Amino acid sequence: MKTTPRLQHLSRILVLGPLLIALGGCSSLGVQPWERGTLARPEMALTSQPIAAALDDHIYFSKEASSGGRSFGGGGCGCN
Amino acid sequence: MVVAVLEAVAVAVTDSSQTNKSRHPSIRATLGIATGALLASGGVSADWLPDLQDWETSAGLMYYSESGRVSAIEPVISAKKNLDTDEYLTLKLTLDTLTGASATGAVSSELPQTFTRPSGNGSYTIASGQTPLDDTFKDTRLTFNANWERPVAEELTLNLGTALSKEYDYLSLGISGGLAKDINAGNTTLSGGLSLSADSGSPVGGEPIPFAAMQPEDTDPLRQGSGSDKQVIDAVFGLTQIINKRSLFQINYSLSSSDGYLNDPYKFISVVDPITGNPVFENSVQPDLPTVAYENRPDSRTKHSLYAQYKIALGDNILDSSYRFLTDDWGINSHTLDFRYRIASNNGSYWQPHIRLYQQSAADFYTPFFVGSERPVSGDSHSFASADYRLGEFTATTLGLEYGRRSGTRGWSVAAEYYLQSGKEPDKKFGALADQTLFPDVDAFFVRFIRDF
Repeated sequence: MKTTPRLQHLSRILVLGPLLIALGGCSSLGVQPWERGTLARPEMALTSQPIAAALDDHIYFSKEASSGGRSFGGGGCGCN
Repeated sequence: MVVAVLEAVAVAVTDSSQTNKSRHPSIRATLGIATGALLASGGVSADWLPDLQDWETSAGLMYYSESGRVSAIEPVISAKKNLDTDEYLTLKLTLDTLTGASATGAVSSELPQTFTRPSGNGSYTIASGQTPLDDTFKDTRLTFNANWERPVAEELTLNLGTALSKEYDYLSLGISGGLAKDINAGNTTLSGGLSLSADSGSPVGGEPIPFAAMQPEDTDPLRQGSGSDKQVIDAVFGLTQIINKRSLFQINYSLSSSDGYLNDPYKFISVVDPITGNPVFENSVQPDLPTVAYENRPDSRTKHSLYAQYKIALGDNILDSSYRFLTDDWGINSHTLDFRYRIASNNGSYWQPHIRLYQQSAADFYTPFFVGSERPVSGDSHSFASADYRLGEFTATTLGLEYGRRSGTRGWSVAAEYYLQSGKEPDKKFGALADQTLFPDVDAFFVRFIRDF
């Protein structure tokens, strides 16, 4: 009976620990708001061409066994 | 209703090709009206739409053509409205028209083979040495997406979406929701989202009985039902990080779980003679009908994927690279690498070469053919097999080039891409099969035109 809380605690450490370390690492990265001129360019958005990305994803969804990753890869099509 | 909306869109797009910049507001207004009409059709009053002039619209058109197989035309119209500070509504309508021939899963043979069409009415004959393709593949799909994004607390953004997709034999309804939290003075964004979709199919001719043999035309096709449902739950957790003034990256973990009818009702598997390697012909009513059995896949599938994207500005040029690893409980592992390099010109135009490399392993139950008695008995829903080449082992390469012009948030682009899929031939080819190509290359060419208004 006592192992369950311990396991929960351990799993929290295992899951949250690396995440916090990663976030700690991330906190040393970054720039000030006034240094974001280049990053604010529309073509620097992670998905800068959403229509093109959706059209391409639909092709690959119907020709390959993989989908998603960048965003949801769910249903919506009888093509696969 | 939908026709009226598409007509409005078509008129607007046609107008735009004959006009100059001064007429753009009227085009946007037309598209806005079309979008408003769409909302009204869903039972939502369009009265609240504030100012139709403010919709940011984009239209796209793609033409896709496989050598000797499917071709598709896909127009898209998307409209985005800034409702309030950082609050946006995005609506998108996609029409997808497919025609052509689709691989059935049956093996090619030195003997001609005649197959029954999915409806049970009519048949088609495949010549010797040709990959069996059903040439009646035809479908039209209409998809509507709506997405609403708004800040709900300090540095916290809520995203809600809905999707509706309708094909002749398929209907999908989906909802999604997500939260994004900015931390580290906006340098880091943590996001999480959930998407649910309920799909229902009504295959032509009904849902085949697993491993039942194809029947001659105009004969009872041995079906077990007329409808088939599936549910898909997707969860995505992501981290986006600004590295420095000119680069950023994103890492996503996605979980996708599908339950229900995951078979392709139009795919089947050849039964070949264990000695000759030729398809078995044992139907006394129709001697040129080979014995082929309808496929059966597990009724659940869980996929995990890790996606990483890195984007860096190198002067005025931009390198966009991404990698995705996907693994699922069907035994499929895949790797996808994607690179785009945007080369800017002085006059606001750009060239963007693109390369995509994809590789996947086969599903555990991928079965290119059954040898004699390997075929499970008809109705055995606990055995799994599919000869769908998309579940086989293959690599795929895409090479593309895009040219575009951009001015602020507006612009246009045209892209041409070539896609080549090369599969691994089955190891166990024997007899007459050894002379056949069972996994022929599939290549496709597609062009895409997109314009922002």
